[in-house]
Amino acid sequence: MSESSTELLRLDGVRKAFGDHVVLSDVDLTIEPGQCVVLIGASGSGKSTLLRCVNLLEIVDDGVITFEGRDITDPRVDGDEVRSRMGLVFQAYNLFPHLDVIGNVTMALRLVHGVGAEEARSRGLAMLDRVGLASKAAARPDDLSGGQQQRVAIARAMVANPRLMLLDEVTSALDPELVGEVLDLLTELKGEGVTMLLNTHEMGFARDVADQVCFLHDGRIHEQGSPEQVIGDPQQERTRAFLSRIRA
Amino acid sequence: MTEAQTASEEWTPSEVQRERDEWRRRRTLRSAVIAAGSTLLLLGVIGGAVISSPGWERVRETYFDWDKAVSSFPAVLEGLWLNIRVMAICWVLILVVSLTVAVVRTLRGPVAFPLRLLGTAYVDVFRGLPLLLVIFLLGFGGPALGLSGLPTSALFWGCSALVLSYSAYVAEVFRAGIESVHPSQRLAGRSLGLSYGQTLRHVVLPQAWRRVIPPLMNDLVSLQKDSGLIAVLGVTDAIRKAQIETALDFNYTPYVVAGALFCCLTIPMARLTDRYARKKGYHGAGGHL
Repeated sequence: MSESSTELLRLDGVRKAFGDHVVLSDVDLTIEPGQCVVLIGASGSGKSTLLRCVNLLEIVDDGVITFEGRDITDPRVDGDEVRSRMGLVFQAYNLFPHLDVIGNVTMALRLVHGVGAEEARSRGLAMLDRVGLASKAAARPDDLSGGQQQRVAIARAMVANPRLMLLDEVTSALDPELVGEVLDLLTELKGEGVTMLLNTHEMGFARDVADQVCFLHDGRIHEQGSPEQVIGDPQQERTRAFLSRIRA
Repeated sequence: MTEAQTASEEWTPSEVQRERDEWRRRRTLRSAVIAAGSTLLLLGVIGGAVISSPGWERVRETYFDWDKAVSSFPAVLEGLWLNIRVMAICWVLILVVSLTVAVVRTLRGPVAFPLRLLGTAYVDVFRGLPLLLVIFLLGFGGPALGLSGLPTSALFWGCSALVLSYSAYVAEVFRAGIESVHPSQRLAGRSLGLSYGQTLRHVVLPQAWRRVIPPLMNDLVSLQKDSGLIAVLGVTDAIRKAQIETALDFNYTPYVVAGALFCCLTIPMARLTDRYARKKGYHGAGGHL
């Protein structure tokens, strides 16, 4: 195995099954720091499961995931510590409804990273400012629009400076006019050098922002490469069929 | 799909995966051994402290006399049968009364105000009154009313007291369950054209029910033990029987027998409920997290 010291995340032969249903099979993938890798594929193709495996929310059945040069699929690894250096954003935001916005954003800083209340608050406010929501710090998640909630969720995942952001269909629950504000934010973060692994149905975004696009089908990566190649000039029949259905 | 299935047949764990599985297996085994060992040690320390105490011999004779246990067992068991019947009948009535009260208390709109008021007043009063007091009041006051058509037996009035008192508690459990169902569920039901009652019956209550099973079990177990309180009205239940047996020779073993029998009732019931809830997936999917 040629070990490149620059890569941030590496998947080798990852496999995951739920009972008899094989969701991921023999998945290989590498991400360099600062890269944005976009997973595309139909619902049920294994995109979300892949993200959850990387975040150790699911335990892989086989294969190795290396994060920052360390095998995180080793059962001796402290999963909480690994997760604290990644950020995960969910499709349905999953904000804590019993806390206000700043409470959501600062929770991990205070409880996981041991940051004092004052500093956590100022860092939280700075992060909210970055996602354009500093004025909503005292609001409850339920009082925000979907796009605002998702931006809060992104701020919550990013406030502790994770090395890797995982974004699971973050615009799928949003109204079309709100999709733009979240995608604009992601484009901005990409410009700031944030490493991202995400899945989406927004082909325009994938084309514009991704460094690498992977097409998943039945838990296998069927085609991967630059967006120009995978989206612009797909070589595989399955990829073409999927893209034509998306565009139809 | 066919592709995925062939993949599952072909798959054999890799070297690294076999090593991981082996490590997890060893860790599980080690945890089990440590847990078992520390449990035994704790039990040993407690047991040793009790047995080596100066008064142990006397306590053992008075509370753990095997011959006395055997001789008193039939009588205590007979008493327990009354507890079981009281509990079963009361529990059904309690569920009906408390569900009704809970539904009444969650009704909306000014029309239902008197009903809500009545429900609230009932819960407030009967939760406030000590159970024993209710039993005395109804057990001696009820028959004294001389109402025609109603039995005057202590059993009847004792059960009434249990039902009235417990329903007030259980109604609040049900109300918490009903109100924990997200309002969007009600909206979804009504949007399909279901009536208020149909939405309640087919959408809200099934979801509320699964959430309140653990606290309901709590109240059922509690009722099982409190069913013995009606003994103050002169009914002979397990504890009263044990008391009578004890009075023969001042050996308290029958109380221990009664306690063991009560546990024999409640523990399997709790395990059965747990299993039922797990089978139905009521406890949610936490996975390994």
